[in-house]
Amino acid sequence: MMKRFFATSSPFAPSPAWRIFSYALLIFWAVVVLFPLYWLVITSFKLPIDVSQGPKYLPFVDFQPSLHAWEYILFDQGVTVTRPYTNTIVVGIWSALVSLVIGSLASYGLTRFTYRPKPALVGVFLALAIGALAAVIAGVPPLVAVAAAIVLFFLIAQTIGRRFKGTLTNNDIAFWLISQRMLPPVAVVIPIYLVYQQLGLLNTHAALVITYTTINLPLVIWFMRDYFASIPFELEESAFIDGASRYQVFYRIILPLSTPGLIATFLIVLVFSWNEYILALFLTGADTQTMPMLVVAQNATRGPQWWNISVLVVLMIAPITIMALFLERYIAKGILVGAVKG
Amino acid sequence: MLVNAQDPSKAKALPAPQPTLLMRLQADNVARMVFLLPSVLLVLFLAVFPLLASLYLSVSRIQLVRGGFNIEFIGLRNFERLLSGSEQRRFLGRFTEFNLEHWLVLGAVVLVMVLMLINYVRSPRFKWAGIPVRLVAIAFGAAITYLLLGTLTGRGLPGTLVVTMIFVFAGVTLQYLLGLGLAMLLTQELPGKRFFRIVFLLPMMITPVGIAFLFRMMTDTLQGPLAPLWALAGLRNFSWVETAEGARLAVVIGDTWQWTPFMFIILLAALEGVSRETIEAALVDGANRAQLFFHIILPEILPVSMTLILIRIIESFKIIDMPQVLTRGGPGTATEPVSLHAYNIWRAGDWGGSAALSYLLLIVVTFVALVFMNSVRRRVLEWV
Repeated sequence: MMKRFFATSSPFAPSPAWRIFSYALLIFWAVVVLFPLYWLVITSFKLPIDVSQGPKYLPFVDFQPSLHAWEYILFDQGVTVTRPYTNTIVVGIWSALVSLVIGSLASYGLTRFTYRPKPALVGVFLALAIGALAAVIAGVPPLVAVAAAIVLFFLIAQTIGRRFKGTLTNNDIAFWLISQRMLPPVAVVIPIYLVYQQLGLLNTHAALVITYTTINLPLVIWFMRDYFASIPFELEESAFIDGASRYQVFYRIILPLSTPGLIATFLIVLVFSWNEYILALFLTGADTQTMPMLVVAQNATRGPQWWNISVLVVLMIAPITIMALFLERYIAKGILVGAVKG
Repeated sequence: MLVNAQDPSKAKALPAPQPTLLMRLQADNVARMVFLLPSVLLVLFLAVFPLLASLYLSVSRIQLVRGGFNIEFIGLRNFERLLSGSEQRRFLGRFTEFNLEHWLVLGAVVLVMVLMLINYVRSPRFKWAGIPVRLVAIAFGAAITYLLLGTLTGRGLPGTLVVTMIFVFAGVTLQYLLGLGLAMLLTQELPGKRFFRIVFLLPMMITPVGIAFLFRMMTDTLQGPLAPLWALAGLRNFSWVETAEGARLAVVIGDTWQWTPFMFIILLAALEGVSRETIEAALVDGANRAQLFFHIILPEILPVSMTLILIRIIESFKIIDMPQVLTRGGPGTATEPVSLHAYNIWRAGDWGGSAALSYLLLIVVTFVALVFMNSVRRRVLEWV
């Protein structure tokens, strides 16, 4: 390993000067990372006057810390703050869980079965989908259009479909699913908005959970596919001989074996849902606002009341940051599984 | 999105299931569908169908009426408005007059691309089917060069598309270099390594919205912590975030602060994976630090680096929350990325225009990603 090499086992072992230089750089970047966070925390304990008089750096020395802003946010604001907070927690945890379940299922399928969809059939399917959409726009009742499209698809699949040549592989399917991550949210959000509006889903938790599940799905599949692929097939075989079903094997053998990977993936996905802003902006209303939106709203309505904003930001990032501190190894490993091998 | 399903470089090959008992169990056709279908349906209904619907919206005018909306087909007028009509100034920017130098640079770029095409025709990889794709790529490349030349030099002003590209290019470059530097430092055996690892990872966990506020405080020349420095520089009553360049710099700094950890953590793992024997052998042969880096370490970490950079390019094109909060896209539209532009015109009621704009962004992202994967990445990996 390199680390050892630079340290001892070579003629290029770091001289004391190089060591000091390294530390200087590392500490510099640590300060770059930590100072804004420090500033955030002390600002949340400042009175308005301590902010407006120009920068004050040290609590108890430069200024007397006060719980003024905290009291204002936690008690005076009441439901205006607690509701977005609960929304964020509910939506974050649910969407992370659902995407983990659905994504793990797909990852298992993609590593244990062989799928052979035919590109031509995929084309037929898409053409019918566009056709149904056009019909709906032209005024055909949606149920009729969808039913007709499904019937047509099965007719074609069962008749002409058998003659189509060429098949896609598991890797094509995986690539297709993972590449969804490329999609800019703004490119799909307007139709999603319209559909939710028609279904009465706008301004509900379900709307956000479903949408976040979809944007997180590629990440889950990307990570878990590698994880499941690394579990030897032999482990499952003995269970099959004992008469276990696919689902039992998945639930009793595969899932317990991949707990570390599942935890890592869950955390990463949770962070994304927790921090998501743009989709929430489109899809939520007053009741389902999430924390990022509440923070931004401070910007628009009140001018920079830094002390209050700081409290909100601290509240928002504290759970995730504390979690990151304790589970750093899991998270780092989770990111690595995807990227290094990808 | 259904891009290039044949591209093998992204979807790496996993070992096929062994032909054993498992193969016979594949008779359970229901189970295989139960495992895969939920994901496929979710992606179909929330990504593929909306994308198709968006395509339709982008050629329509949508009016909200009581209890619903009216959609009227208007052809390519939304795109026309963005590319050459009233929204051109905001989306593409203001073009400067082209002088001889501009034409020379543009000509040189096109010439290089044509030479690459000729090279391809004479190479053993040549196939007729590969020609149209490459011609499209050349046209696209020329258009982007024209856009960059026209809006970034002389009297030109960049629009939201070029601003997004600046964010992507500056951000990803800085993040990669900083991440690599930090990772190199931490491959040494130093006490406190774990502390630095954890600290360096932190920014990635923090909401972009929160980071944007952090940096608004940091950049405040009167109340921010750096105020004494600004005073010293005589900039006390001057907000540098209110100039176009300063505001863009602030966004890039915020983005870099957040995403350097991502590069760092993965490059650290890649560096630790470089075999120690190889390095020692090189040292015995008398390689110096620079040679060691360029001939031994760099080739080893290049494949990972390419993947990393690709991921970050794709993600960066979606940037929206950082500028939205940090600068609100201003001054003017100087820091407005395409996503924010699309959101803003959606807010203003122009749904069709917003959809058209998103589609143009999608086309640019796809083009850049494909060129990066098939051209840049391949060349770099062949070179080492």
